[in-house]
Amino acid sequence: MPLIHDRGGLPDDRPIDRAEHELEDWELTADALMQALTGGGVMTVDELRRGVESMERWRYEHASYYDRWITSIEKVLVEKGVLNGAEIDRRVAELGA
Amino acid sequence: MSDGHGHDHGHDHDHGHDHDHDEPVEGALPAAALRTRAIESLLVEKGVLTAEAVARGVDWLVSRTPTNGARIVARAWVDPAYKQRLLADAKVAAGELGIDAAQSVTVVALENTAAVHHLVVCTLCSCYPRALLGPPPAWYKSNAYRSRAVVEPRAVMAEFGTELPAEVEVRVVDSTADIRYIVVPRRPAGTDGWSEEQLAAIVTRDSLVGVVQPVAGEPVAV
Repeated sequence: MPLIHDRGGLPDDRPIDRAEHELEDWELTADALMQALTGGGVMTVDELRRGVESMERWRYEHASYYDRWITSIEKVLVEKGVLNGAEIDRRVAELGA
Repeated sequence: MSDGHGHDHGHDHDHGHDHDHDEPVEGALPAAALRTRAIESLLVEKGVLTAEAVARGVDWLVSRTPTNGARIVARAWVDPAYKQRLLADAKVAAGELGIDAAQSVTVVALENTAAVHHLVVCTLCSCYPRALLGPPPAWYKSNAYRSRAVVEPRAVMAEFGTELPAEVEVRVVDSTADIRYIVVPRRPAGTDGWSEEQLAAIVTRDSLVGVVQPVAGEPVAV
């Protein structure tokens, strides 16, 4: 079985959803975060890819594009000790309150 | 699974996410939005990033549009010498038109002819010449497009309304993190005498990926 991100030729009989999607603010931010992180030498695009490609299968299948990105960014930043999971959870709770 | 994660991903997850839908719905998860905001605020607070650097990233992204690719193609249609330079080095050719692709990885321009039609996909992810064309369309990132484009490109193109004669060879090109592609479509008949600006106006984003071909229609006033 190929890895989760290796989609070429996988059986898929779904039509292409050609609906346009204007990027939402948080999606632009997620992209910009990645640009700033790579520009600042904090993480690399290859690390982003590795984080996306190692997502659990069901998460990958159902996550939107930038959801995959921010999931990977979080994972890599925690691995590097730049952030820790508990403080991210706390901040999420504060922002969501 | 054979990817070494060591446990079977079955049906007993409790990750707190709604996953009833088959295909990701772009932007549909407020949880991801919240985590993005949380990570941004912590990174700025800790001085890892500045808010200005994040703002610059947003500005860069929204400043990139398929219009840049359309200008490049229109120039190639009217200037054979430029076309040769484009096919030799797309980033240099973009630079000639004042389009800064310096921070991009290698970009290769692929010329469609009467005999060969190119279709671009990124089966592994979403690699796309963002510096030239802006962020990729949602369909380009979809699992269905990534899976199907390489095995049934004609069926995929047909969904975009594109039917090519059987004798035209379809070449599917798989983008990578290191090489991105831009298609140079064929100049449609009925555009003799059009200005470069009029030509650029019919070069759509999707024609730069190869799922459609530009059509002449009426020249628009530009």
